[in-house]
Amino acid sequence: MFSRTGFGVSVPYMKIVCFIHAAAQIVSHRLRYGYAACGMNMQKFSAFSLVRQALGANQGWKPQWRSVKPKAAYDIIIVGGGGHGLGAAYYLAKQHGLRNIAVVERGWLAGGNTARNTTIIRSNYLFDESSSYYEHSLKLWEGLSQELNYNVMFSQRGCLMIAHTVHDVQVFKRHVHANRLNGIDNEWLTPQEVKEFCPPLNISPNIRYPIMGGSLQRRAGTARHDAVAWGFARAASDMGVDIIENCEVIGINRAPTGEVTGVETTLGTIKAKKVAVSAAGHSSVVLGMAGIRLPLQSNPLQALVSEPVKPAFPTIVMSNTIHAYISQSDKGEMVIGAGTDSYVSYTQRGGLHIPAHTLEAINELCPMFRRLRMMRSWGGITDNTPDRSPITAKTSVPGLYVNCGWGTGGFKATPGAANLFAWTIAKNEPHPINAPFTIERFREGALIDEAAAAAVAH
Amino acid sequence: MLLIKCPYCGERAEVEFANGGEAHIARPADPSTLSDEEWAQYLYMRDNPKGLIAERWRHAHGCGRFFNAIRDTRTDRFVTTYEMGQPRPVVTPEQAAEAAR
Repeated sequence: MFSRTGFGVSVPYMKIVCFIHAAAQIVSHRLRYGYAACGMNMQKFSAFSLVRQALGANQGWKPQWRSVKPKAAYDIIIVGGGGHGLGAAYYLAKQHGLRNIAVVERGWLAGGNTARNTTIIRSNYLFDESSSYYEHSLKLWEGLSQELNYNVMFSQRGCLMIAHTVHDVQVFKRHVHANRLNGIDNEWLTPQEVKEFCPPLNISPNIRYPIMGGSLQRRAGTARHDAVAWGFARAASDMGVDIIENCEVIGINRAPTGEVTGVETTLGTIKAKKVAVSAAGHSSVVLGMAGIRLPLQSNPLQALVSEPVKPAFPTIVMSNTIHAYISQSDKGEMVIGAGTDSYVSYTQRGGLHIPAHTLEAINELCPMFRRLRMMRSWGGITDNTPDRSPITAKTSVPGLYVNCGWGTGGFKATPGAANLFAWTIAKNEPHPINAPFTIERFREGALIDEAAAAAVAH
Repeated sequence: MLLIKCPYCGERAEVEFANGGEAHIARPADPSTLSDEEWAQYLYMRDNPKGLIAERWRHAHGCGRFFNAIRDTRTDRFVTTYEMGQPRPVVTPEQAAEAAR
């Protein structure tokens, strides 16, 4: 007599399958990474593992990554344990076979801008250089949950950028055509089509800035910010990368000949052949330790969320002209992005008049949200370049690399920037996609002027 | 919102002002003699300090005049504001400690 499961398969048979499955995973894992590299044997997430852990009252889950003390020396030290830094460590280990890597983080993992954005992911940028960089990232997002075996909750719900003036219409149509020539999906919607795609929007011609249409990238979407960083950290740690939190870099050590020899940290000196800085708003501070000035200004960027409500908003809506962007999280909160405060600051907060301005715009666009209460607001420190395009490049110091200048739009680039930063570090030369994104472009005048193209923080 | 002391009008709310970026960046007298690197330093490279910054503000919705300020970017507290053309004032350790508080 066999007891039957809902799948019509016997329990003893399931147990055997589970056992074989688990054994095969361990064997293949050991073959790929060796014994030394997998100190904690990453627990794979699967339907089987969830059921197995549930039967054990969920007492069998282990920490997602190893907690380590820093070694005396590494091949590569990555400064900054946000999504970009952790992702770079992951791709260095995964694609370039480098395992002797540490990620040092001043606070806790993903506590900076990775946790302080509105999680919008899109690739509908105007210039060829930008759109190929962001599209590279978007394509990695599309397979990221599978690759990391970690649900980053990437939801391709579309990003609708609405136009309010004749100029907006012309600019957005230009974007649509430029994107389509580059093989990136983007389409123009009339006001009626905008209303059908996103019913909460008010398309009445009587409002101060009426909606005259919009450009829609259907493959755009949102993701769970923590999960991206944690997924990268877990996978990198499993391949032998040391992740060291509460370890602030206070100096960059160099040989008399100039090249990097390691970093001074609050946990002592750590030697390294290469140091890669992925420190967002603090990039100027860290690279200043090596005597490098950057074309960056660090400004607070605020965002806020409402109380959670039932699903009411199907997509991401952005308005550059009256400055608002809004989407609904899976928890039900309306996630709203405000503009940057105009002055240099490292405070992670800004003035209330900035989000108030955004809420005025949201209320005009979506009158049904007028009585929605705002629950929390926060600020991140964004590192803005004059052309609002990033820098992923070597520096003038041998062995020192930088990935910065993502300004107000770095989250969407997380896997792409990490992937190409890893390439740049490993090969000591940029990938063709990030080759234009140097510091030297400001000397040569070869700017990638997305600031002018978007005319807004993006 | 910051409370900013215009040297001409007194303390006013931040919304009356426009930030003008880092102060004391003088346009080179003869740009044609500069190298590309020097021109890029003037045009784009910034100190972006975490700590005391000298910055320009313009009282856009007031007297309309530019002035400079010393502020701590870790706390957004102002040390002082001063008129255009004056040299960067010396900040005493007490003033710096107060601004960093």
